[in-house]
Order: sequence, then structure tokens, then C-alpha cells
Amino acid sequence: MYEFNYQKVESVSAAVAALKNADDGKFLAGGQTMLPTMKHRLASPSDVIDLSGIAELKGIKASADTVTIGAMTTHAEVAASPEVQKAIPALAGLAGNIGDPAVRNRGTLGGSIANNDPAADYPAAVIALGATVKTDRREIAGDDFFTGMFETALEEDEIIVSVSFPVPRAAAYMKFENPASRYAIVGVFVAETSDGIRIGVTGATPCAHRGLRLEAALAGKLDSAALDSVELPVDKMNSDIHASAEYRAHLVKVMAKRAVDACN
Amino acid sequence: MKATGIGASVRRKEDRRFLLGKGRYTDDIDVAGLTHAVFLRSPHAHAVIKSINSSAARAAPGVIAVFTGDDLAADGIGPLICGVTVTSDDGEPHRAPAHPALAQGKVNYVGDHVAVVIAETVEQARDAAELIEVDYDVLPAVTSTASAADAGQQQIHEVAPNNVCFNWPFGDKAAVEEVFASAHKVSRLDLVNNRMVTNPMEPRAALGEFNSGTDEITLHLTTQNPHVHRLVLSAFNQLAPEHKLRVVGPDVGGGFGAKIFVYAEELVVGWACRKVNRPVKWTADRTEAFLADAHGRDHVSTAEMAMDENGKFLALRVHTKANLGAYLSTFGTMVPSYLYAFLLAGQYATPLIYSEVKAVFTNTAPVDASRGAGRPEATYLLERLVDVCAQDMKLDPAEIRRRNFIPVDAFPYQTPVVQCYDSGDYNAALDLALELADYAGFSARAEEAKARGKRRGIGISSYVEACGIAPSAAVGQLGGGVGLWESAQVRFNPTGNVQVFTGTHSHGQGHETTFAQLVCDQLGVPIENIEVIHGDTARTQFGMGTYGSRSLAVGGVAIARACDKLIAKGKKIAAHALEADEGDIEFADGSFSVAGTDKAMSIAEVAFNAYVPHSYPEGVEPGFDENAFFDPINFSFPAGTHICEVEVDPDTGVVEIVKYSAVDDFGRLINPMIVEGQVHGGIAHGVGQAMLEVCRYEDDGQLLTASFMDYAMPRADNLPSFDVGYAPTHPPDNPLGVKGCGEAGAIGAPPAVINAIVNALNVKHLDMPATPENVWRAAQAAQA
Repeated sequence: MYEFNYQKVESVSAAVAALKNADDGKFLAGGQTMLPTMKHRLASPSDVIDLSGIAELKGIKASADTVTIGAMTTHAEVAASPEVQKAIPALAGLAGNIGDPAVRNRGTLGGSIANNDPAADYPAAVIALGATVKTDRREIAGDDFFTGMFETALEEDEIIVSVSFPVPRAAAYMKFENPASRYAIVGVFVAETSDGIRIGVTGATPCAHRGLRLEAALAGKLDSAALDSVELPVDKMNSDIHASAEYRAHLVKVMAKRAVDACN
Repeated sequence: MKATGIGASVRRKEDRRFLLGKGRYTDDIDVAGLTHAVFLRSPHAHAVIKSINSSAARAAPGVIAVFTGDDLAADGIGPLICGVTVTSDDGEPHRAPAHPALAQGKVNYVGDHVAVVIAETVEQARDAAELIEVDYDVLPAVTSTASAADAGQQQIHEVAPNNVCFNWPFGDKAAVEEVFASAHKVSRLDLVNNRMVTNPMEPRAALGEFNSGTDEITLHLTTQNPHVHRLVLSAFNQLAPEHKLRVVGPDVGGGFGAKIFVYAEELVVGWACRKVNRPVKWTADRTEAFLADAHGRDHVSTAEMAMDENGKFLALRVHTKANLGAYLSTFGTMVPSYLYAFLLAGQYATPLIYSEVKAVFTNTAPVDASRGAGRPEATYLLERLVDVCAQDMKLDPAEIRRRNFIPVDAFPYQTPVVQCYDSGDYNAALDLALELADYAGFSARAEEAKARGKRRGIGISSYVEACGIAPSAAVGQLGGGVGLWESAQVRFNPTGNVQVFTGTHSHGQGHETTFAQLVCDQLGVPIENIEVIHGDTARTQFGMGTYGSRSLAVGGVAIARACDKLIAKGKKIAAHALEADEGDIEFADGSFSVAGTDKAMSIAEVAFNAYVPHSYPEGVEPGFDENAFFDPINFSFPAGTHICEVEVDPDTGVVEIVKYSAVDDFGRLINPMIVEGQVHGGIAHGVGQAMLEVCRYEDDGQLLTASFMDYAMPRADNLPSFDVGYAPTHPPDNPLGVKGCGEAGAIGAPPAVINAIVNALNVKHLDMPATPENVWRAAQAAQA
């Protein structure tokens, strides 16, 4: 790790101001990607602005049709939340299977989606549930939030305040884990929403995406057999030492079918 | 059986300090004036170093010194050695390129040692290392085991044409060819034994301290064998004379072979602490462990078995290419030769065996022993081939094994490949394993799984291994540079408690408990009054360390011999005190008594008399402290049958191990709980190799699997509960009747797992690791 200035702030505005005043500042949420990267000397921010002291970024609020989760809420808190478990059990289950207990007790929802790792779990849920990302200055639709590998619609100094998940009629997340990292080689989130059946796919491509081909094949019905004939573009898939593009394309279908079945 | 003696599952004495966080590992040790070493490593797999400019690094804050290979050479330090000579088929010794601790003009793998920075803090040393300018002329890299020796490949070392270290044939080639020509059936298999990174939990570390008053260097190391480190560093690397070098292996967090060897960092830290006259510490981070620990396995082989019409094995022929990496590690040459080819008989009475091992250099980390070392490679090859033989002969895998087992009345059994097996009852182990596995009920379970869309498979692996390394004479004949006896000292203190000094080293094996049980049993001293001490050349008299499942089979016997001497001396002391004839003194349960009387004294009282010899037998030395060396006359040969049952999800290729039964012959068990733990750990290691672990290099020599994010170690959820049983036989050559258990699981498991998966998929073969994608592809291919 290179030397850096550490600042802990108590408000969103103070965080934004601190970033503005820094040469090359970075917000620190749970640090589960950023700190290992810094330890490996692959990142060297001049200033690390710790968001963990900002009360307004924390907590879970549930209404009849929406669950709103503060950006600095940890995966463990989401997994253990009775409100989330009741309203969107698939989301609680997703959070409860991210990484390992150490990661889940430090890592946060906001940190995960702001980082937008191609193999992270939350992006699939944000997309499938049609969530809305609320920042310190605007609201961003889940469909518009993830723009590329490790890239999002966020401005440099924009801070996620919370994410609002509409409560679906049914939802399920199926993750095919990388046996080493336990990230998703492929993860498919299927949700039956007021907007119809929506599918979010992570791990398969450089950026989490909406499974439009899969949604089209389902044609509004939670019938997994309808997915058998779907052809997914192998050339769009990630390929690495853990899984080839062809295998990933196959797994997307298998996981999608299993998620559809689990919705029923 | 005493409650804490031989055969009792005594809870481990050492666990209290580990569970309380009171273990003391090399990196935990802090000393006044400590400095920190960071190694600058090569980013290239193969390159000529045109120049190194470290002036900016030397001027950086906190930097005490920057050293390169030239500095070591100027002091006559190094190079690192390989301790076992293998004679190549041209009659010449294996090709041994120079292995400098810091590069001299060339780097040969990613992670190779270019320079070392010594600074006040680790971060300052890292910062400075980044300031060292190295001008590299990058060369093409060689990484493939299979093609490293092919014509036209980039040459790595001038002394090793075609990148060949040795080509080592063993056996009667012509006789084997003749049998193959006339055999009823020949089964053949091409297979790869995947390269592994051993990955003990504690990364390697070294702490060097130089005392300018005594001219003595003290080196704390993550070592499995402190005296071997001292010997090699003194005799071959000129670090310091043996009597001026103390090597301590304090608590060590796992070794599995990777901490046997003398590494560049250890030598450099030992040398640098004198050079800068300050203590120097280096601790590897995990990336360095992946890059620069010696790796394991990495064979590419062809195996052929000639059979008669009954499936009886007539001759075995094996061709293996073994990757030794960029340089020869301490025992690198021995692993794919003597520890491999001499185990190719397995449990079978195959009369003729011919093997040819071509060991090659590549631009990868050095390869050396890793849990099992050569024996897992031999067992995997043979036990996979036997299943192919069964397939070809349409015989049940259990049946073909039975037809070829060395019969129980044939022991001691001289194999055609040097080893003479001490004892074994291979049918007994197979029978018990089949029962534990409910082999008979398998087809019903397979049907039931099929109805759920899953495929079940069952796989047998009947292994034998040679451990208790080793008879010194045999080691010498084979070109080994050391004797492999073990030593012990058993010392009573005047107050009656006992310190046991062993030359073996415990880094997870539980010696502090097992050896205490031995002494408790033999001398009748309460186990809480016995302390086992190991890992410090200044405290233990001598020793060869722990590897090759040798500690109990060799070191345990040395302890027992020292106890024998104490009893013999104690009889003289007791006879004097009890006013009896020495010949009338009996010893049992910690008490010396006069036969046929009630006159007796405890061994503690005898010890007190020996140290306070106010009334003492004439001619007997005071003191109650004996040592012993033990050199075995043979290896010991644990064996067993492991049976794995898997369920494959053909949609994803995910394999679940649903049942795993292990039946082993370890001879007599001292602590069954510790033995079972070793079996569990060994199987986990073997399952890791079979299903998860693979060390991959890119063609340009970059290590692709350099972290736990990419290199999959086995975890609890990859493993079932194990059914463990024993089918012990008595090894006549071992005075304690023990064999050794630390490596068995890692040897037995890989073929059991792969045989089960191959059985489930109904294919001929699948290379390790059987990752979901590999299994899915095999399932697709089988369906097509």
C-alpha cells in the first residue's frame, strides 16, 4: 500500500467536498475490492474518504411495495433483515451468499454496485427488480446504471444514497459460483414484477445486463421449458481460465431455467 | 491400554496454544533493531538482465542496503544446490544449471529473485524496490511440460541441451517389449498430473540475526527440517560454519513439503543480517508464495499395461515427462525418479515394469516435493490405468484389482522396481472399503439418481506408498547427499518430568502429543509431565526433519530407543537403591521392582537418584538423560483402498462427492484421532487436486493462478463426511510396528475421485482437475 490521507466524514456533502479538495481522492465504502487493490499497489489514491460514518447512508426501510436499502448497509445486514427476507427473500438470499462472512460484514450494497465488478451479485438484482438508485443529486433507473465493465452512470463525485427495490410477485437468484473466488461465473436473477418478467444476468458478460432474449422467450410466463430454444450469443460472453464463453452461455440458460422454476 | 498411552485418542497438547493465539511463528518474532527485506522479482519468465541500476533505491528513505547477485558472488555465497543426483541415460549426472540466490545476468521465471532491499520498514523496502531500474532483454519462454524438450524450443540453460535435465530409463525395456508384443490385450492411457501450488496456510518467512560478538547467525525459518537447512546453508552455501549457525523452526503453519527446501530468500536473509549487522526479516505475501514457493506434480505421461486373457497384468510400460521448473530445487530430481518410478508396482504383482522419465526445464517456478511427492503421480497413473484395463477387459474394477494383488502370503514382497514391501493385506483393505462404501448397493443408488436426472459413479483406488524415509544406505546408493536416520534425546529432570528432544519437526502433525504418548506408554510417566521439544538446532541434538511420513516411523523409534537406554540404566540405579541384583529388576508402568518382592521405586525416584547420586552404583554415570539414533533398514509401506462415490449434474458439470470411504493400513496407531485427522486432510488435498486445483502459466510464462481468487483450494463445502477404516498389518522391519499416515489421503484420493467421475460419465478418461466445465464437456462429448 502506498501512503494516503484518510478522512472520515459524517455527511454526504462533507464527503463530496473532501473529494473535491483531494488530488486523487476515492470514496471508501466497505473496501472489499478497493483495499486489496491498494494493498497490491494497483491503486494509489491520494485521499481515502471513508463513508462509514454517514448515518443517512445506512438502514433498511420497507413499505408495501418497496424495500429501500441504504448504500452503506452491509451484505450481512441485508441478509439478516426480516423486512428484506419477507418482502424479497431472493435478495436476502443473494446478499447472504456474497463472498464469505468477512466480506459480508464489511462489504456494502452501494460499494458493490458502484464498483460494478462483472461478476458481482447485486447488479443482477438491481436490473431484474427494476430498482432505482438514489444518489446525492438524482435518481438513476437500474436499467441505466451499469454502463460497462467496472463502469456506471455515476459522476466522479456522486455518492449513492440508497437503492429502492420494488417488491416483486416472485423472484429467484441462481448463482453458479467460481470455486476459487466464489464470485458468480454466471448469476441469473429472475423477477416477476408489475412490469412483467424481468431478468438480470451477471458474470456472463463484461457488464451485468438484462436478459432480454430470455425474457422474450418466456413471453410473460414462468415456464422454464420456454427457455430451451433460446440461443445466446457466445461471442458476447466472458472467457477466462474459469469458464469459456461457450460454457458461460450454456450456464446462463441453465441458471435462468432454475431461477424460473424457483419462482414457481 | 493406558488412557494417555499408545492407542489412545489423546487431545492434542499443542492445540491450547494455537487455539489461544499463543503460537509463535517466525513473523511473530520481533527483535530490537529489526530491518525488513523485500525482494525485487522478475516480471518476465525469461530474460537477460542487461543492467541493474539501484542508485535511486539506495537513496530512498529508510533504505539500509540494496544487494544483487554480484554482492552474493563477491562474498562466495551460494548457489543453491540440488541434493540428489540422478544419472541420465548417457551415463552422465543430471544437468544442473547454476541456481544463484539472486540472479546473475539472467532470470528464468516470473518471481525469480533479482535484488533485495533492506530497509527500516517493509513499506520503505517496497517503495525502494520499485525504484530499482532493471534493463531486461526479454527472451521467448518455455512453459509446456509436454513440448519443452521438442526440437526448436527456446533453450533455457546452456548446460541442459533441449531443456532436458535427465532422461532416466528404469527396467528391462526389451523384456517388456517382448511381453507387449505377445500379450492378449494392451490397455493404454495418456494422462496429465496437474501442477499444484502447495499453499501451506502460513507463508514462508525468515528472520536472520547476527551476533558480532560470537560471530553466530541465528536464522528463524519456516522450515520442516532445521538441521537440514543448517547443513546445506553451511556446507554448500557458505553462509556460516555449522557451529556458528543456529536454525530455528518455531511454530510453523503447515508445510506439506513446500518448507523442506532451502530457498533463495532464506540464504539471502541469513547472509544480509551479517552484511548490514542488523536483524533482517522477510515474510512472503501470498502472491510471492504462489510465484516462488516450489510447486508440485506436473507430469505428462503415457501408460500401457499388457494383460493375459484373464486380465492378469504381465508388464507395465510408462513414459513420463516431468517438469522441474526453471532451476533444480533441493530435492527436485528425486521426486519424478526414485519417489515415482519405484512405486509403479502399486499393489500388484506385475512381473515386469519399464519406465522412462524425461525431466525438463521450463520457465516456471521450481517443482519439488508436495505431500506425497512422486507417489501421488505414480498412484494416479497406475490406478487410472487399472480402471481402463477393467473397462477394456469388461471386468469389475474391484475384480481386476483382486486378480492382480500381491497375495498376503507373499510378504515381504520384492517388486521389480527396487522396493521390497514390508507387509500388507490388500484384499482385507479392499473388502472393508467395499463394505463401508456399500459397493453392492451402488447400482440401485445410480438408478435412483438417474431418475432425478443425475449421474452417479463409483471409483476405487488401491494405493501403496513408501514412507518412513529412509534407510541411509539406500539413499546413498541412489545418489542422495545425506543420511536419513533420525535422532532423539529423552531427558529426565531431577524432579521427575521429562523433556523429549526430537530431530523431526511438527508443523501440524501433532508430534507433541503422539511422541508424548509413546514416552508415557513406555516409561509410565504422566503425559502432562512430558514435553516434546523440536525445531531448534541449539536445543535438539540433531535431526533430519519431517517429510515423507517419516516422523513416527523413524523419529518415533529413535525416541523408543532412548527410552530403552533409560530403562536399562534405571535398572542399575534401582538395583543399587533396592539392594537387589540388576538381573532381578523388572520395569513396568513407571516402576522398577525386584521380581517376586514388593520392593519398588518409581522412575522419578530413579531419576532423582541419578542427579543426586549420594548413594549410587559404582561405575554408573550420574544423570538420567539418553540419546539414540535410528536408521531404518527399510522404508515402510502404508497401503489401502479408497472408494469415492460421486453424483454428477450433467446440466452444469458440477460433481458432488456423496460418499468417501477410506481404508488404510498404517500398522499400529499411536493416536487414532490424530491419524484420522491426517487422513481427512490428505483426502482434502487429493480432492483438491482431482477437482479444483491447477496451477496455470500463460504461454509467455505469466502465472495466471497467482491468488486464491483464481487458484481454488478445497473447502469444507467441497467435501463430504469421510468413512474411515483401518486394515492394519504388522510391518516386521519397524520396531514400533508403525507405518506413517500423513500423505496417504493425498495419494489415494485423486484416482478414486477421477475413477468415480469417469464411471459416472461412462467415458474412458478425464484429466484433472475435473472442474465443472471439464466434466460438462466430457458429458457432452459422451452423449454426442
